[in-house]
Amino acid sequence: MRSIEQLEMRGIHKSFVGVQANRDVNLSIGAGDILGLLGENGAGKTTLMNILYGLYRPDEGEIFVNGEEVVIRNPRDSMRAGIGMIHQHFMLVQKHTVLENVGLGYEKAPFFFPLREVRKRIEAEADRLGLHVDPDKQIWELSAGEQQRVEILKALLHDADLLIMDEPTSVLTPQEADGLFDILRAMSREGHSVILISHKLEEIKAICNRVLVLRKGTVTGEAQIEDVTMADLARMMVGREIADSYPKADLPEGEAVLEVRNLNVQSDQAVPAVQDLNLTVRRNEIFGIAGVSGNGQRELVEAISGLRHVESGAVHLNGEKITNRTARTINDSGLTHVPEERIKFGIVPNLFLYENAVLKKHHRNPFSIRMRMNYPRVKKHAETLVHDFNVDAASIGVPMKNLSGGNIQKMILGREISAEPDLLIAAHPTYGLDVGAAEYIRKQLIERRDTGGSVLLVSEDLEELFQVCDRIAVMYEGRFMGIVPPAATTIEQVGLMMAGCPAGECDED
Amino acid sequence: MKIKVFPREYAGGPFNALVLLLSLLAGLVAVGVVFALKEINPFFAIFSIFKGSFGSWFGIKETITKAIPLILIGAGLALAYRAKFWNIGAESQLLLGAIFATWVGLNWGPSLPGWAAYLLMFLAGFIGGALWGMIPAVLKIHFGINEVISTLMLNYIAAEIVKFLVVGPWKGETKYGYPYTDDLPDQAILWLFPYSRVSPLLVVLTVFVALFLCYLVFRSRFGYEIRVIGENAEAARYAGIDFFKTLLLVMAISGGVAGLAGVGELAAIHHHLSYPETISAGYGFTAIIVAWLGRLNPAYTILSGLFFAGIVVGGDAIQMTMGLPAATVQVFNGLILTFLIMGDFFVHHRVTIQREA
Repeated sequence: MRSIEQLEMRGIHKSFVGVQANRDVNLSIGAGDILGLLGENGAGKTTLMNILYGLYRPDEGEIFVNGEEVVIRNPRDSMRAGIGMIHQHFMLVQKHTVLENVGLGYEKAPFFFPLREVRKRIEAEADRLGLHVDPDKQIWELSAGEQQRVEILKALLHDADLLIMDEPTSVLTPQEADGLFDILRAMSREGHSVILISHKLEEIKAICNRVLVLRKGTVTGEAQIEDVTMADLARMMVGREIADSYPKADLPEGEAVLEVRNLNVQSDQAVPAVQDLNLTVRRNEIFGIAGVSGNGQRELVEAISGLRHVESGAVHLNGEKITNRTARTINDSGLTHVPEERIKFGIVPNLFLYENAVLKKHHRNPFSIRMRMNYPRVKKHAETLVHDFNVDAASIGVPMKNLSGGNIQKMILGREISAEPDLLIAAHPTYGLDVGAAEYIRKQLIERRDTGGSVLLVSEDLEELFQVCDRIAVMYEGRFMGIVPPAATTIEQVGLMMAGCPAGECDED
Repeated sequence: MKIKVFPREYAGGPFNALVLLLSLLAGLVAVGVVFALKEINPFFAIFSIFKGSFGSWFGIKETITKAIPLILIGAGLALAYRAKFWNIGAESQLLLGAIFATWVGLNWGPSLPGWAAYLLMFLAGFIGGALWGMIPAVLKIHFGINEVISTLMLNYIAAEIVKFLVVGPWKGETKYGYPYTDDLPDQAILWLFPYSRVSPLLVVLTVFVALFLCYLVFRSRFGYEIRVIGENAEAARYAGIDFFKTLLLVMAISGGVAGLAGVGELAAIHHHLSYPETISAGYGFTAIIVAWLGRLNPAYTILSGLFFAGIVVGGDAIQMTMGLPAATVQVFNGLILTFLIMGDFFVHHRVTIQREA
């Protein structure tokens, strides 16, 4: 078995249509290292690792193993070089046993009774690294932690010397995470190296010996773990100059529009995603929710807007209880919603622009009268939206999918704002948009606030939150780590909260 | 040389029509190859098919007779397919329509005036098809059962029910032991144009249904919701559209109009319930192609229904005159559907050939 003494990625560039995902990234890792790869979502961590694993090819840059250049065109090349990757979502055959899954694609097995050999190797690895899992159980019977061990076994049997793990603890309980760390430490002792993709500071501090921080595709910090504090890491991860806030009208505190009390919501996997959450959004206020995505923001928004079942707790809109009402009822009572993943949720790509202009209020007068759609009126409304919100489209009669991302978002925002809602929920409204479109949308949100509405803004873009919000709540694993006024808060403090430290507790670390 | 495929941004009406025409032509060429393999002049064979169906008064009357169920069912299927509900069970929905109408016709028919008998039979037929159509919708939404499987399987169940009825409890006393029910009373039988099997009432009903469903799809709120569900189910959920209500209604209508086709076959042509293969010559399946050729526009199924009825009638004619096997028409239909679906690929994608530098 060839071992990786030293692996280096030099000068990696990778861009996708219009987005620079990696810019001149250098990474090096030696035998026994556990390297933390830290960054917000969209910082380019996964892209970089997909390049190393051969899923993407870099636009520029080379990869060296033990000083020799290797060309990695596909995952097979990568495996041959001794690199294994464990994705966030496991790639296992649910109805097969552990043994069969590990044996799948194991090329060195003898022709007869191949699984006997695989079983022997599983037992050997279990003893060596403490990777215990029953080889005869079927995958669906196993917990997430055990499934992850199967994935690690699979990689090791394919002679992986360097293991890439993408957010490995995101699916684990704290106890399972500790178990994983023990395994990783044992692997490190045996001379394996590990790259751990994560956005959790504690985790990086606890297990890694080195750390590499990415922000917007470039390396913003690299250090031995003992040389940096959590505050340093947070700064490297989110730190940036904040441009001036947008001008906002000076308005007195309004009455509560949205009140959420002790809310509990489950994720699609039926695990708690929002836990005992309380929040109040007032009139003339933009309430921001910061946090790395996947910490329950999506479930929270869906629960408020009626798209997801509320397990317990209450949601009130203008004093009226809307808990577990249908999306249509909630919408009709004054809440509109700019959804995340705008193309997936917000529009119907193959229908015409004007048909999309009334989605969600198509059932109301004057857009439909009894059971008949009033298309002349719908078209007039679409014309107004296109004009008022500067949507660049050839005509209102083009399929929605012909519009650019920014124009789609302006359309959606226009559609939701023109209903003059009491509460506008905007989830990642400027994600992936160019600067001009993003600025336009932020101004519209402020306009809504200034003219008597209220806005609940979910975003990963801290700069945006600091520029437009009156208050920012930081969400981590389904709870708020704190609710802070942006004027009296630094971006590092928010960064620490995003990484799981309640307000004011980790500043000194 | 490299062939590259890109998603197509937008295909206009004329382009769509061109693709449709070329697909049909390619389908006919493929059919021609089959004829040529049988050592029959393909041009002559295809010419004979259309001569058989459109070339004489007799042919035209037969074509209209067969077009009626195809259009009714096809228009209903277009509605279901717009919501991406893949109803493959129109055959059974037709049979249920026929069963319900038979019961009404036999039990109430003798004591009713003609217009009331028609009305109640059509109503019963619609309800029968609708109820049968709603089963897979409920199964899909509440239990996640794939509608292709459930609608397909319900075809067998419905066919067995019909067989059971005609050899068992409903077996006609006047039918000398044949597996038929008794004939409907005279006032429950539709009036036909002389020397034909075409009922003017059915023609009017069929055209009305097709146009009405077209209006429903493109002008009503219900149709808007159907199209949103079909094109982007996530957005439909976001927009607060009630899937259960909408899909249930879609399938009630889709099944219901197939049930009407069953009433038509019963009251205009057979006059009694008999074996399922007799009541419907695979209309429920041929109508899938009719809906597709009609671009899932219920109004266009009038044209595509006539076209396929022509193939069925002309195919029967050349089967006899040229001594071809009975499966000829099915080969014909299958090939044309295949090419139509392949044609769709070009509507949604752009294919370019690049020479390597």
